Amino acid sequence: MNKPIRTVSIFCLLLFLALMINATYLQYWKAGALNDDARNRRVIVAAYSQERGAILVGRNPVAESVESDDKYKFQRTYPKPEEYAPITGYFSYFGATGTELTQNDVLSGQDDRLFVTNLVDLLSNDQAKGGNVALTIDPKAQAAAFEGLKALGSDVQGSVVAIQPTTGKILAMVSLPTYDPNVLASHDLSSVSKASARLNDDPTQPLLNRSIQTRLPPGSTFKVVTAAAAIEKGLYDASSQVPGGVTYQLPLTSGPTGEIDNEGRNCGANNSKIPFALAMENSCNTSFAQIAEKVGAEDMRKTAEGFGFNQHYFDDLTPQALSVFPEKLDDAQLGQTGFGQFDVSATPLQMAMVAAGLANDGSVMKPYLVDEEQSADLEVLHKTDPEELSRAVSATTANEVTKLMVATVDDGTAFPAAIPGIDVAGKTGTAQTGQTDRSPYAWFISFAPAEDPQVAVAVMIQNLDIPRDEVAGGQLGGPIAKAVMQAVIK
Amino acid sequence: MAQQSTLMGFVHRRRRGAELFLLVLALVVGIGAYAAVGLGVQGKVPADMLGYGGWLAALLIGAHIVIRFVAPYADPVLFPVVAALNGLGLAVIHRIDLAKQAEGDAHDFAQQQLTWMTLGVILFALTLLVLRDHRVLQRFTYTSGLAAIVLLLLPLLPGIGATINGARIWIHLGPFSLQPGEIAKVLLVIAFAGYLVLHRDALALAGRRVLFVDLPRGRDLGPILAMWLVSLGILVFQQDLGSSLLFFGLFLIMLYVATERPGWLVVGALMFVGGALLAYAAVPHVRIRFDIWLHPFDYYDSGQSYQPVEAKFGMGWGGLIGRGFGDGDPNRVPYANSDFILSSIGEELGLTAVMAVLMMYGLIVERALRTALICRDGFGKLVATGLASAFAIQVFVVVGGVTGLIPLTGLTTPFLSYGGSSLIANWVIIALLLRISDQARRPMPTISDDTAAFSQDDTQVVRIG
Repeated sequence: MNKPIRTVSIFCLLLFLALMINATYLQYWKAGALNDDARNRRVIVAAYSQERGAILVGRNPVAESVESDDKYKFQRTYPKPEEYAPITGYFSYFGATGTELTQNDVLSGQDDRLFVTNLVDLLSNDQAKGGNVALTIDPKAQAAAFEGLKALGSDVQGSVVAIQPTTGKILAMVSLPTYDPNVLASHDLSSVSKASARLNDDPTQPLLNRSIQTRLPPGSTFKVVTAAAAIEKGLYDASSQVPGGVTYQLPLTSGPTGEIDNEGRNCGANNSKIPFALAMENSCNTSFAQIAEKVGAEDMRKTAEGFGFNQHYFDDLTPQALSVFPEKLDDAQLGQTGFGQFDVSATPLQMAMVAAGLANDGSVMKPYLVDEEQSADLEVLHKTDPEELSRAVSATTANEVTKLMVATVDDGTAFPAAIPGIDVAGKTGTAQTGQTDRSPYAWFISFAPAEDPQVAVAVMIQNLDIPRDEVAGGQLGGPIAKAVMQAVIK
Repeated sequence: MAQQSTLMGFVHRRRRGAELFLLVLALVVGIGAYAAVGLGVQGKVPADMLGYGGWLAALLIGAHIVIRFVAPYADPVLFPVVAALNGLGLAVIHRIDLAKQAEGDAHDFAQQQLTWMTLGVILFALTLLVLRDHRVLQRFTYTSGLAAIVLLLLPLLPGIGATINGARIWIHLGPFSLQPGEIAKVLLVIAFAGYLVLHRDALALAGRRVLFVDLPRGRDLGPILAMWLVSLGILVFQQDLGSSLLFFGLFLIMLYVATERPGWLVVGALMFVGGALLAYAAVPHVRIRFDIWLHPFDYYDSGQSYQPVEAKFGMGWGGLIGRGFGDGDPNRVPYANSDFILSSIGEELGLTAVMAVLMMYGLIVERALRTALICRDGFGKLVATGLASAFAIQVFVVVGGVTGLIPLTGLTTPFLSYGGSSLIANWVIIALLLRISDQARRPMPTISDDTAAFSQDDTQVVRIG
């Protein structure tokens, strides 16, 4: 019987070999794929129980992990929750948003550049720590923007973005209404679920980062783009005369629906010429509709895209809503886009880039929020280098538009942003929502000092519970922009 | 063939010292794992460390002493390997207990398992003490066959039978519940061996040759057909694919070994495939199970493959060296301390430990088959082969199921899983194997030895043992 016993031995050997190969396949080759499965709660819990790196503004953390004595070991805390929520996002058991999401590799320590540090930690039996992320935010500008926007009322929906024109560094990014990420980072998971459901169902959308995720018609603030396109094309300079008028009938239209006016501001008589500066100071829709028609749809779009419209350019937070300048326009629509209506839409970040591009001699820098990625020992792993996104207009054109914008602050609708002793360039905007029961969107863009710009700001107020006719970009947005600019310049 | 070893002048040594040395290593594994669980999960050496370690050591060394006296020539590797597996199993069960306690579900399965182990080791010693010659068992061929069938039928009886997790393989006797299938396994091996030793010639010699394979005669198909029906019955009435596969495979291998005719394997394999296809076609439950096996991740969200997928996640999470005791989350897998104990080991101790466990199982099978090879009587050979194959098939079915190599079936992982019936039955199996190996390795009676020594002057045999 020994021969079959030997055969059985070989059969058993094969059985065990199959088991061993399969175990090796499962625990070695397939382990990575298993760990990457989004449904694998072990990975989620482990990520959640880890000492993540801090998100730093200056030297102070706006998100950090502190030890907790429960099973998750570390509690993520946000020292200035509401002010920084749109930037930091939250890190909860169920997921992450904002910088917590986009910089997760560094914060969690999974980044390949942290490999050596992790290895040392492993060998010295220390718990591996994630790296830190230093933001470009200027804490004073951020505070000024947050306080300024919040002061408009408890129900305000809006956003403020400030950029350093020469680099593209984002100095402030505020979105209201906001939320408390500490609530979502809590280890009490059922309360997190409830809070999360409540925030998701809230009609005011507090989880939305309006700075990059809300796009609205930019209204009159878009006139600076129209002006830049016209000057770049060689049609005018800052001292030229441009078409004016009390009313203007858009091409291809007849009757009151196609007739635009200036809501009573002085823009000269119909079929007359007025100074370019006056058209900008008084935000003359009639002038800019005609200027846009003279520039033509093609060149208008080229200039708008030079400033970042129709482009994805921001990687540090996600998702970014695309700012749109329409592809196809008839003459009537082209006239409307000249003052930022029809289908033109922009995020607050986009309008800040328009201001920053003009401030930086026509060169639009790629905006960024993450300045440095550091190891847990504060060793710099990566420092973001400023990078030009595109050249929107020539330096000459940019200077001419700047003159018009300075005039608008000095003598025109943008006066609330004036800072004594400093030349401020600015433009207001009040965009129609197309709905009679909703207040218009108020916009304000500005930069200062005009001759050597250090900061460009865009303020957007989407909704505010005040009478319709009291909503004006200059009145609401101007003081906020001023406060932010002062915070940076001083 | 029976005289081979002595003809070559080879005499086995007792090797009890080696066994003791290996046993000390096994105790280090068992007690060390228990301490590691305490350190990893609670951050301190368990309070009952001394009592636990002392008890384990006393129990196993006691058994070793019994072996020394009543089976001095027994295989020295089997007992320490089994002791190590049992010790590791206890530690992992204790680890899962702690995880359950942390979730407010207080149990002390480890303590119960230690009680079962004590009982198992006592039965192990008793088997060795009472059964001085395994050939005695041949007398009980039909008795054990009948007992096995009764045991297998018991769970179907109303009143004491119970369905747990869809399989009707449990009986309740007062406060105890046990799986009679585990005990039936041992009895079946004895019954098969006794039957086959008597009928092997009839089964082996008659038949015709078809395509290089000797196929058995139609009338000899009776017993295999009966066994096939019993296996099918277990599958249909008790919904227990694992046991069904185990009994049928076991019978087939023993039949093949007894008759030395691969034709039986062909017939048996065809019958198994036929039965499986029939079940696949007729029973929707089987179809779904099969599909869950092929695409486990598709069924995760619906919860149908929660257990196997969580086990895979756990084992993948463990990787090569594991998370370490206390740093994994093995309790996510339902039945992490019984059927799925290997995924717990894979998660916290890694592929390294899984490989070690598989090697230990392989070693048990190898030592058992080696015993069968050197055994001098046909009955002993068949029993040893049967027990070895039962062990190999059981490990293959349960480990293959947990790691997704084959469809998932419910069987316990020998010596590791929580469960009294299985543990006790397996200890008895080891006792039987030791008894057979003691007989096999024991020197031949002096008469034949002396003639061998005198006739071969060039080979001087030096007795040491």
